[in-house]
Amino acid sequence: MTDPTTYISHLELGQPDKTYLDTNELILNMGPQHPATHGVLRVILKLDGEKVLGTECVIGYLHRGVEKIAENRTYAMFNPYVDRMDYVAAVSNGLGYCEAVEKLLNVEAPPRARYIRVILTELNRLASHMVWLGTHALDIGAMTPLFYTFRDREEILKIFERYCGARLTTHAFRIGGCQYETYEGFEKDVKNFLDFVPPKIDEYEELLTTNRIWVERTRNVGKISGADCIALGVTGPVLRASGVKWDIRKAKPYSGYQEFDFEIPTGENGDTYDRYIVRIKEMRQSLRIIRQAVDGLPAGPIMAKVGKVIKPPVGEIYHSIEAPKGELGYYIVSDGSTQPYRVRIRPPSFVNLQALDLMVRGQLVADVIAVIGTFDIVLGEVDR
Amino acid sequence: MLDYITSYLSSNVTPGQAGNWFWATVYVFVVFGGVAVVVLAMNWLERKALAHFQIRLGPMRVGPHGLMQPFADAIKLLTKEDIIPAQADRFVFWIAPLIILCASFTVYIVIPFGPTHAITDLNIGILFMLGVSSLSVLGIVMAGWASNSHYPLIGSLRSSAQMVSYEVAMGLAVVSAILMTSLNSTGTGTLSMIGIVQAQQEQHIWYVFKFFPLGLIAMVIFAIAMVAETNRAPFDLPEAESELTAGFHTEYSGLRWSLFMLGEYAAMGAVSSIAVTLWLGGWLRPFPNWLKGSAFDFVFSLFPGFTFLALAGFCFLGVVRMPKHPHFRIQTIGLAGFGALLGFIGLVLLVTPVRVRVQDIYWFVAKVAVFMYLYIWYRATFPRYRFDQLMTVGWKILLPAALGVLIVTAIVGVLF
Amino acid sequence: MAEEIKSPTPPPVGETKPPAEQAKPSPAPPETKPPVASPAAPAAASPAGPAKPAASAAATPAAPAKPAAPAKPAGPTPVPWDSPVVSKLKSRHGSGVREASTYLGQNYLVVEPSVTREVLQVLRDEEQFDYCVDITAVHYPKREKQFDLVWILYSFPKNERMRVKTMINDGETFPSSVSIWPTANWLEREVFDMFGIKFDGHPDLKRILLPDGWEGYPLRKDYGIIQQDQKWVQINLGIQSGQ
Repeated sequence: MTDPTTYISHLELGQPDKTYLDTNELILNMGPQHPATHGVLRVILKLDGEKVLGTECVIGYLHRGVEKIAENRTYAMFNPYVDRMDYVAAVSNGLGYCEAVEKLLNVEAPPRARYIRVILTELNRLASHMVWLGTHALDIGAMTPLFYTFRDREEILKIFERYCGARLTTHAFRIGGCQYETYEGFEKDVKNFLDFVPPKIDEYEELLTTNRIWVERTRNVGKISGADCIALGVTGPVLRASGVKWDIRKAKPYSGYQEFDFEIPTGENGDTYDRYIVRIKEMRQSLRIIRQAVDGLPAGPIMAKVGKVIKPPVGEIYHSIEAPKGELGYYIVSDGSTQPYRVRIRPPSFVNLQALDLMVRGQLVADVIAVIGTFDIVLGEVDR
Repeated sequence: MLDYITSYLSSNVTPGQAGNWFWATVYVFVVFGGVAVVVLAMNWLERKALAHFQIRLGPMRVGPHGLMQPFADAIKLLTKEDIIPAQADRFVFWIAPLIILCASFTVYIVIPFGPTHAITDLNIGILFMLGVSSLSVLGIVMAGWASNSHYPLIGSLRSSAQMVSYEVAMGLAVVSAILMTSLNSTGTGTLSMIGIVQAQQEQHIWYVFKFFPLGLIAMVIFAIAMVAETNRAPFDLPEAESELTAGFHTEYSGLRWSLFMLGEYAAMGAVSSIAVTLWLGGWLRPFPNWLKGSAFDFVFSLFPGFTFLALAGFCFLGVVRMPKHPHFRIQTIGLAGFGALLGFIGLVLLVTPVRVRVQDIYWFVAKVAVFMYLYIWYRATFPRYRFDQLMTVGWKILLPAALGVLIVTAIVGVLF
Repeated sequence: MAEEIKSPTPPPVGETKPPAEQAKPSPAPPETKPPVASPAAPAAASPAGPAKPAASAAATPAAPAKPAAPAKPAGPTPVPWDSPVVSKLKSRHGSGVREASTYLGQNYLVVEPSVTREVLQVLRDEEQFDYCVDITAVHYPKREKQFDLVWILYSFPKNERMRVKTMINDGETFPSSVSIWPTANWLEREVFDMFGIKFDGHPDLKRILLPDGWEGYPLRKDYGIIQQDQKWVQINLGIQSGQ
């Protein structure tokens, strides 16, 4: 097993510059404001010419103290805050939190609510992957897929807006189920969407998958093995592209995912190209799940029996879901009052970002940007 | 004096060859004016075409369908504050864009728009073009150096390395086309631009089709190398914003930056002209030998007029589709006026004396326009090459291919 | 749309209320007295729904003495957890493993701080808990051992999740788990940043989310919700902190 201390380098920036007389090494700062860092992320690179010797990430520019806020709000009041972490995939965040609190209360959302949750969460997964694809392609230089993916994502956001009134930070679910019943024409909209999108995904693939330049820019860039992924706690499409076939929706199903039939795409090499292929395939699998959910949407109540005041008994719970970025976990400690005693949010982007150093070592500077893009990090989640 | 002016009108050589200063100057103004118009048009077309590729509209407000956008941009750039970094080398900072501009514009004096429609015709024409356009590398290095900041410096060094690498492949592809000019009855080739097109005329074939597929491969190599030469996508790593080094023109603002852009578009036009002259038959109309005869000549001579009439038709279509709202009245009138202007030009081009004379210029410009559109298409479609991959393509793929094509062309030329 | 959810009329006392259904009339309850919504009854009220009837019901105090709310079923309690893993650890460390329970289906161990490091090592090496999901802490200021350190572990081969908890005092340091799971690097940095718990042997223990010069550990219970490090704000941002 590789020596774990080699995984993450620290550049000893506070110490006297040992490389002072060595004119080959250069410390380059990819500052917090940069078009390609997907938010406010600062990466300090130690370069030898064009080759990267080590990196250090400085995060915290978007830290808003969400966990501290949680201790001062009631369970239901905290629900909207959760959307603002990974703002691109807000529905998943809400799903994880509501399910965690429901577990603490020992209730389960009724079947119709579960199906509605699955439909919206998978739509959100599609939207999140579309944002990822557009921005990742833009970083590598292909300007056009961005506009195509954002255009198609509009259709998803229209459905969200009609359902709960918001496009991005949706606050779609409540503790115990869903608040809103599906609107008139929801199923028709979703089915139209399911017919509308597959040719579009084919279009994105046509632009990129066999494009010689794309393949050269992404193959063998940012390679990481499955064992390293597990050791570093990396989850999500990054882990699956490295060959480990693990998805929480199959391993520890939640919200009724065990009733749906879908596959888990994996890659072989663990490089950027494989991550791209895995996410494209995941988009198609999401369409499959949505179709099954919409076809089999049961009738019934959408809200379980939870009191108006949510007061879970004393105890703690850890619940995680498969967010588009990886394993999103909520560790909630309750002391019997209406406000949680501690909410710990385990963000997938935060843990995944640790692996940046390992993946980028020995590669060129232009690859750093490709690798940051392939992680699909959202700084709101990294910093909370 | 008047004799001096009129004496040229009966000659059949370019003014430069005839030694007529007056007409040479007139031609210079016409050509440079034309290049300026082309740059403006390219600016507009790039923004509109890129936008349409990306399912959006592009500039729509500044003039009807954004037609006045290049003027607005020019005015904006001219009125901006002229910022020079404090530690910059002022003279070098000032002269770098001028060098690029001069180098890019000077090559236009040998570009043949027709058998006598060129400013001059050097008998080393193609060599002159390749040589002078290489001078712009000097301007780029100077720009990066004078900025006194290490990001532009790295960017300019990368840019110049890229340009120098692809010039080798370009040159070899050009040589293989020159070889083909010697396959005529006298057995001597020519480096003069007009001579190359005339050789294609004599040999009754455009060099892109000669010894198929050799001519085609040579043209494709040149086409790729010329995109890299002008620092355009997909070889625009040195000037892309999302990469770490932002390019040699980071520190330039306002008018100076616009000079860089002017030089870039002019260089694009110049290398496209080389490609058209060498492989696509310059000013020759399509199928001059298959479709012979005065009837075909007549039909093909209608093309320029009809092109402008078609453009005018598009304008009027746009007028019809304009929203019927008072706010759009000025735009509608403007677009109709522009359409009327284009239609007028089209009608003028259909008139017999003009029609005959404008043929060569039209076909040449049309072919160059196709290449310019391809530039925009590449930018919309391809991701960017990483710098080491870019150099790999230049040295390890294009150069051996160009050498191979050259050798095989030479052998085939001797044998057949 | 939301307005279509008509809340069924609140049931009379004693009847459990059906959950909100779409425009479905509730089974007709005998409405002889003003409906009283018992505050303790699990009113399956979606928050947008029966606010009005509840408000009107709250206005009228419980008229006749309604029977006490049906006794709530006893909530879930921790159940002892028995498994080969637990027995092995207990046999090795005896009283070091204070408690092994299952709550709501999730297994956890409570371990003494002195043996925790070995327990974690054994869990990774022998029991194949190769993925450290999370490391976090909880602050109980009124307890003697103020901090709860929690490791959430997952085993890929066994598809099993478990928690390991230990309790340490304020000012105590704890050996770092970076050599066991490299993912602990940033996770422990965040625990240090938010709680002030130092980890021995961590390669690079410094603040991760807050600026480097910040003083104070925000997730501790004695750090106010709007409190800030005034000095840092003054020096670095040049403004008077608004808090």
